[in-house]
Amino acid sequence: MIGELDVARIRKDFPILERRVHDRPLVYLDSSNTSQKPRQVIDRVSEFYERHNANLYRGVYELSEEATAMFEDARARLARFIGASDPGSVIFNRGTTESTNLVAHGYARKVLRPGDEILLTEMEHHSNLVPWQFAAQATGSTLRFIPLAEDGTLDLSGLESLLTERTKLLGVSGMSNVLGTMPPLERLAAAAHAVGAVIVVDGAQLVPHATVDVQALDIDFLTISGHKMLGPTASGGLYGRRELLERMDPFLGGGEMILEVYPDRSTFKAPPWKFEAGTMNIAEEIGLAAAIEYLEELGMPAVRRHEQEITAYAIDRLTEAGATVFGPRDVEQRGGAVSFWFKDIHPHDLAQILDQEGVCIRAGHHCAQPLMRVLGVPATARASFYIYNSTDEVDALVGALERAEAIFGA
Amino acid sequence: MALEELYKEVILDHYKNPRNKRDLPGGELSCALNNPLCGDQITIHARLDDGRMAEVTFEGSGCSISQASASMMTEAVTGRSLEAAKRLAGEFRGMMEGVVEPDEASLGDLVALKGVVKYPVRIKCAVLAWDAFQEAVSGPARS
Repeated sequence: MIGELDVARIRKDFPILERRVHDRPLVYLDSSNTSQKPRQVIDRVSEFYERHNANLYRGVYELSEEATAMFEDARARLARFIGASDPGSVIFNRGTTESTNLVAHGYARKVLRPGDEILLTEMEHHSNLVPWQFAAQATGSTLRFIPLAEDGTLDLSGLESLLTERTKLLGVSGMSNVLGTMPPLERLAAAAHAVGAVIVVDGAQLVPHATVDVQALDIDFLTISGHKMLGPTASGGLYGRRELLERMDPFLGGGEMILEVYPDRSTFKAPPWKFEAGTMNIAEEIGLAAAIEYLEELGMPAVRRHEQEITAYAIDRLTEAGATVFGPRDVEQRGGAVSFWFKDIHPHDLAQILDQEGVCIRAGHHCAQPLMRVLGVPATARASFYIYNSTDEVDALVGALERAEAIFGA
Repeated sequence: MALEELYKEVILDHYKNPRNKRDLPGGELSCALNNPLCGDQITIHARLDDGRMAEVTFEGSGCSISQASASMMTEAVTGRSLEAAKRLAGEFRGMMEGVVEPDEASLGDLVALKGVVKYPVRIKCAVLAWDAFQEAVSGPARS
């Protein structure tokens, strides 16, 4: 047991963790990329297809009503999971990238004027940068960036000069996928609101790993990635404050999002359905509901404490082994994505050698090229942890690093 | 496949002791390419003399495969006629795409990179320098 999680018992729920890779036990340390799925989620998706499969809303028959009820129940469950009292404030889509693009298109393009500013941070994932570049180019507004401090936290000392009445939108990751950094969201939300800006939180890494309460934090938009929180790929969506969703333009036009259609114009449903065109990822979102049930049973505070313990252990072991670890050292201020540089062995070489030991890590720029430039490295190696990881697996990682060192003679 | 098939002695040697890794003032041909997947960056410089590759050098940073491949490439093409160098580049690409059975007589040490074929995501690392070379010798001269 680490913290309050019974990792041995949890691992039994994840069929893939039984397999071997290159004749070694699988050591999966890439959950920031995508998480593995428990039997409960896999079964829920199968059960949907085997027992309830039908399209939503439009069928006047039992199966369609069941599918619709399951889908809307998943929406309510996700809303409750992030502290949103209104299920209608949750839009389903393929996840964080699609959600950011939805806000950039439906909200930012409508609201921003030339001379307005979008404030981001230097540590954003491309998915929380490129959509804003599109919006800025389309509206004549400007992107500005909160810099990183030496210790991998955000340098908020100049926040007052960066966040001004020109700022209409603040976009920030709730937990960096490279550094693990968790910015003070409540403070940032209050600062954004004080100048009349909205705050968009990239929740790709945050929501799977910590308790999130959009109402307590006073967040306007939160993007959610289902596949990083035990759910199926292409599950997840966007939370948006109801009055903002009402103001937003639709993004994708098509079936199901409309009320009345004439040859030359249409009227649209209310949110969230206004933003859900075409046949939805029904089985995926229903599978996500099973993932949320699984996490709720463990309890998100326990999930967070488990990851803090394993992250602290990993930072210590990696540092002892001679690696340079990026990001905050204090696990109160960070999550379990641990990027490191090991003895001038290129991360790609490192990941390849680790793979032969059954250890899966990510190597590369992690979709954060501007951050790599700030850190002064072409790429990093990254180990990331979740509920099914043990300190033994951190030991396996460190052991594999020694093998890499032997090959490269570094 | 064992890791030793990928990280052969000759590859590690070129990675740790790269040959011809320098700028080439006066080299009329040049091309810079990068591989966004791993952040590898390679710049190839070349100087032609009477239709022959008189000098070929590289600069850059990246993983062992990209850097070793660049180093080996500079040695392999230097002294060849432009046409022979281009032919060799084509043959190397063929080996990396798995469509040409490598001929050790013409490829020499480069055959060591054949192990990369088994690791699809790394093939781009191995061909980066060769792509840059091919662009350098087919593009406009550096002013």
